Amino acid sequence: MKPFTRLDGLVAPLDRANVDTDAIIPKQFLKSIKRSGFGPNAFDEWRYLDRGEPGMDCANRPLNPDFVLNQARYQGASVLLARENFGCGSSREHAPWALEDYGFRTIIAPSFADIFFNNCFKNGVLPIVLAAEVVDRLFKQAEATEGYRLDIDLAAQTVTTPSGEVIAFAVDGERKNRLLNGLDDIGLTLQYTEQIKAYESRRRAEAAWLFI
Amino acid sequence: MTTPQTLYDKLWDAHVVHQEANGTALIYIDRHLVHEVTSPQAFEGLKLSGRKMWRASTVLATPDHNVPTTARAAGIVDPVSRTQVETLDANCAELGLNEFRMSDHRQGIVHVIGPEQGFTLPGATLVCGDSHTSTHGAFAALAFGIGTSEVEHVMATQCLWQTKSRGMLVKVDGDLPQGVTAKDIALAIIGRIGTAGGTGYAVEFGGSAIRALSMEGRMTLCNMAIEAGARAGMVAADEKTIAYVEGRPQAPKGAAWEQAVAYWRTLHSDPDAGFDAVVELNAAEIKPQVTWGTSPEMVLAVDAKVPNPADAPNAVKKTDWERALAYMGLTAGTPIAEIAIDKAFIGSCTNSRIEDLREAAAVARWASGQGRKVAANVKLAMVVPGSGLVKAQAEAEGLDKDFVAAGFEWRDPGCSMCLAMNADRLEPGERCASTSNRNFEGRQGQGGRTHLVSPAMAAAAAVFGHFVDIREVMR
Repeated sequence: MKPFTRLDGLVAPLDRANVDTDAIIPKQFLKSIKRSGFGPNAFDEWRYLDRGEPGMDCANRPLNPDFVLNQARYQGASVLLARENFGCGSSREHAPWALEDYGFRTIIAPSFADIFFNNCFKNGVLPIVLAAEVVDRLFKQAEATEGYRLDIDLAAQTVTTPSGEVIAFAVDGERKNRLLNGLDDIGLTLQYTEQIKAYESRRRAEAAWLFI
Repeated sequence: MTTPQTLYDKLWDAHVVHQEANGTALIYIDRHLVHEVTSPQAFEGLKLSGRKMWRASTVLATPDHNVPTTARAAGIVDPVSRTQVETLDANCAELGLNEFRMSDHRQGIVHVIGPEQGFTLPGATLVCGDSHTSTHGAFAALAFGIGTSEVEHVMATQCLWQTKSRGMLVKVDGDLPQGVTAKDIALAIIGRIGTAGGTGYAVEFGGSAIRALSMEGRMTLCNMAIEAGARAGMVAADEKTIAYVEGRPQAPKGAAWEQAVAYWRTLHSDPDAGFDAVVELNAAEIKPQVTWGTSPEMVLAVDAKVPNPADAPNAVKKTDWERALAYMGLTAGTPIAEIAIDKAFIGSCTNSRIEDLREAAAVARWASGQGRKVAANVKLAMVVPGSGLVKAQAEAEGLDKDFVAAGFEWRDPGCSMCLAMNADRLEPGERCASTSNRNFEGRQGQGGRTHLVSPAMAAAAAVFGHFVDIREVMR
């Protein structure tokens, strides 16, 4: 996994609550058996005017001028500002794959859906929860100021605004460590092989019916 | 004296392999359902890292999302879908995993075949790369959806790192009125607490109305827990649970069965167990539900009117409602019962089990008896059973003939138009009465408009050409 340490990134505001993973990456693109290449189809139905299908050359497709991410000022954004319950719905990990491939490494929202939140950490994407009124203020600032950037420091757990305001955020210590170092989850878990085997032999004795 | 525990506490404690000081725990996974969409990258990851499956016998695999529901003998026409299904077949063959292939009479939606085979067991932990894995909590199991990285993690380690959720009790007491089903309970709960109301919680459904539900109804309810934001929903084990599991192909037998049943009878929350949140509903007050917007929380009783964004509780919701009405092509103040539909879909992991099909078929039979058929304005009314075995059972009961006689199409099992990964989809602007679980923009096809309802409500909407109050029809 790509480590995440610090990011000074252009901010794109997506002013919708309950953005679901079907919207982030529509179902027809889930037919891929690969883990990469989903970026051009991130938010496909909102982003393009035609119907997207796998294998299309997205460079030649008509863009929806009303979709915020298509505005010239937000090109190259790596911080996505979002509203409550971001990433709800389907468990598809293709959603963080698509956001990461598009260029987003951080998503800031007042709340996230559980499965999506968890999936982000597996893919070098940092989801940050901030109070609704703070997110609201960042929305106003980002919309008012072209080229609005935020400086995100995972080690310090801070978001710094262009005016120098420092906003602290919480993150689980273990997840932070894995993200900072780009650690492989499975490799770490396999260090517990003896505990897993001990659990299995204990469980086999007390609940044999689970081992048929 | 021991501390009273919730059902979730008991399931959690029984599966802790290792506890970290910060509250994170390594949890053992007993059962793993695998389908073609969220597994190829996990299998590839396993291969690239040279790792082995920890315990291959815990897997049951089947293709469901991409499979066609007609002319199946001809195979899958879409080459991309076909490759995905063939990749699952090849991975399962290589690793020796139990797979019900598309041609197998037991193939079906993962969340239908797990319980049907006795693969889903009370007291087990069960995961799948699919958010509707919460369905299996109906068996007093701890079941939740995971992403593809975690699918690979379970394959390689049989475990997952988890932080314990908070506990929520949703208590539904009283008698459901005739024509009101588990689907209506689920939608009414989501309408009450919202699509993020259960975020961070493991939800237990309890109360006399839940105990009165069949196992099929409990599965429908737990299936929709994720639409309230809860990764896991669950119902205490009782005699119905045990009777459902008994004799199924993968259920324990003999002495193991006796041992299992003795344990399963302890799978309920202790009388004084504490929950972090409690939500109470009166079953007698629940009416047939219809969603009007693009989120399952945008839901009303069938006798209500499409809401006015001016009445929204806050500015964010007001914008949401305006956008939803525009997408859905609806005007505030329109009675729900005046909304005409173009298609009806009866199926999905929410509502494709035998009981669901019986409820819908009863409406089809009633229509035929009245000399009615699917209404002229309805282009397609399709019934997609949840598995090959559900299909066979329905045909043995003659339900397929009831549907066909009334103008419904009778299809082969799969996820179908719940998410439209196969050829079954809505065209832009088409409006559908659907027994599925999500009414998100584009979910059933780009530009498609979904209204979530129960099976009988979907069948009745197909016959009348617009939503109707099933309680009136039954009268």
